Amino acid sequence: MKPPLLEITDLSVAYQTDTGPVMALRGANLVARAGEVIGIVGESGCGKSTLAAAVMNLLPATAKVTGGAVRFLGQDILTLAPQAQRALRGTAMAMIFQDPMTAFNPVLTIGDHLVDFQHQSRAPYRAKLARARDQLALVGLSDPDVILRRYPHQLSGGMRQRVAIAAALLMNPQVLVADEPTTALDVTTEAQILHLLRNLRQTYQGTIVVISHHLGVVAELCDRVYVMYAGQVVEQAMVDDLFHAARHPYTRALLACDPASFPNLTPVLPTIPGRLPDLRDPPKGCSFAPRCALRSARCTVAPPWAQVSPSHGVLCHEVGA
Amino acid sequence: MLSYALQRVGLALVILIVVMLAMYGMVFLVPGDPASVALGPRATPALKALLTERMGLDQPVLVQIWRFFSHTLQGDLGVDVWSKRPVLDQIAEAFPHTLILGIVALGWALVLGIALGVISVVYQGRWVDRVLGVVSVSFISVPSFVVAIYLLLIFAVWLHWLPAIGAGKPGDVTSQIKALILPSLAVGIGWVGYLARMVRASMLEIMGANHVRTARAFGLPERRVVLRYALRLAIVPTISVIAMGLGSILSSAVFVETVFSRPGLGTLITGAVFKRNYPVVMGTVLVTTAFYLLVITAADLLIAKLDPRVRDALAD
Ligand SMILES: Nc1ncnc2c1ncn2[C@@H]1O[C@H](COP(=O)(O)OP(=O)(O)OP(=O)(O)O)[C@@H](O)[C@H]1O
Ligand SMILES: [Mg+2]
Repeated sequence: MKPPLLEITDLSVAYQTDTGPVMALRGANLVARAGEVIGIVGESGCGKSTLAAAVMNLLPATAKVTGGAVRFLGQDILTLAPQAQRALRGTAMAMIFQDPMTAFNPVLTIGDHLVDFQHQSRAPYRAKLARARDQLALVGLSDPDVILRRYPHQLSGGMRQRVAIAAALLMNPQVLVADEPTTALDVTTEAQILHLLRNLRQTYQGTIVVISHHLGVVAELCDRVYVMYAGQVVEQAMVDDLFHAARHPYTRALLACDPASFPNLTPVLPTIPGRLPDLRDPPKGCSFAPRCALRSARCTVAPPWAQVSPSHGVLCHEVGA
Repeated sequence: MLSYALQRVGLALVILIVVMLAMYGMVFLVPGDPASVALGPRATPALKALLTERMGLDQPVLVQIWRFFSHTLQGDLGVDVWSKRPVLDQIAEAFPHTLILGIVALGWALVLGIALGVISVVYQGRWVDRVLGVVSVSFISVPSFVVAIYLLLIFAVWLHWLPAIGAGKPGDVTSQIKALILPSLAVGIGWVGYLARMVRASMLEIMGANHVRTARAFGLPERRVVLRYALRLAIVPTISVIAMGLGSILSSAVFVETVFSRPGLGTLITGAVFKRNYPVVMGTVLVTTAFYLLVITAADLLIAKLDPRVRDALAD
């Protein structure tokens, strides 16, 4: 059988800090097949960006991979030589960042960036520029030639995020990671960018990994969703199953807190009581247990991963298996 | 951008006028009247009167100031009290020596300082970085005249590799270059340390920026990330430091030129101060102030040119 395009197994990552290591990922698992659109959701601080950075091999120097593997077409990219890792970035996998305001170099034009980002191609400069222009048109920027000569600060946030999407698609990567692609934008712009990303699914053949703490974004774009909590994947399901038959108490709590499910704008939004556990000293058993209504005595031991259906899995003693 | 340029030039002119007034005031603030101070206690009254008249000190103050300004505008900075040579001629002779010293010193300091700064960033936290940190700080803290004296002792007096004094023979470029080496090392060494620290600090900040992460996410080679994405941005604040360095060469030249007996502005002004040769002091300060203002104004305009954000902020 062909190996999956992207496979993360038991990945653990710790950030070294003055107050001790922060276990940002604790045995996370994820599989993405060619052409799939995967969503990753979870509260702030649950390790989503760390996961994305690990996929791109962009973890900061203070982060140490303490276990597990990230396989791209069967090959563990964490053990590749730096040169080979670099060769994958931009060509095989590309990333869209959260903050379009600071994602580009202020003293280089958009054209400089987009040509530079094709450095792994041997095409002549003019061809690269033409390619950049085509990509800008593709993401709905009406005057690509003008945009190419602009500096980042001369574009609006929405325009910059479109440029970021165009940039990520320049080399036609097999994996596109979008870390909170709309979080920094206002509601109208967010809707436009979501629309663009949804349309992209028709033309772009690769796999997309969308990270968001916003369930609406995930519902709109994804086929399959991973829910993360405190550095672990706690539930995995097809998007419909997740929204209609969520199992994990944390997923249910997230769904209950989603503002989109309160059309009448209740003045006080419900929140999940309690806080994320301290990742410097994560709980021995189930990490969600302290905040969980279903908690029982066995939650003091780590729960096993349970497959409730071939396409639906959950990390919980009470609702699994 | 044009209005910004005019504004900067206007500001420079105002500063220049204030400096000229302040300098003129200095002549009156010195105890005793300038003529008798200049001539010493044994001067005859007739001699004093002659000098007072020659210096224009017998006129009302406003007239004196007016004269000073209008003469200055016509390029007439007065004559040397002692040799009676026009001050402007003396400055014109001395200035190139100081200017070339400053440019060469800052030139090599720039190349070495930026290189050391970049190396520190590439080896951040490792022993290379620590050693460079210590080296830079010692470069900054050693006064240039101390460096000058040591260089002079080692390379001129002991090893006889390079000349100890003077600016080389006129017309003989090789001898002029040889005469430049030691003084420019002495003037530039502090700037090497300063630039290295400064480039390191601003590069480190930039290396953590999101756009550098973007560049890496597109697999750009680290060399390209450091030189094109980080250094280009780190250079912008360095420009004002360079301008200040070039503008303030006079202050280090005063010591270094004295040690190496180079016939530059530093030597000129030191001699003039000791002999209370006011026209020469004033002329020298005026010319160096004007030069300083010229350089920092040019630097501000250059920054506006290099940083599109500054350029646009000025356009509104
Ligand atoms: N450079 C770092 N040094 C130390 N700790 C870090 C660092 N980056 C992240 N962390 C910690 O690792 C954990 C996971 O962070 P991560 O950025 O992956 O979360 P996230 O799910 O992306 O959150 P958000 O929604 O706020 O972006 C958090 O507890 C965070 O405080
Ligand atoms: Mg994040």
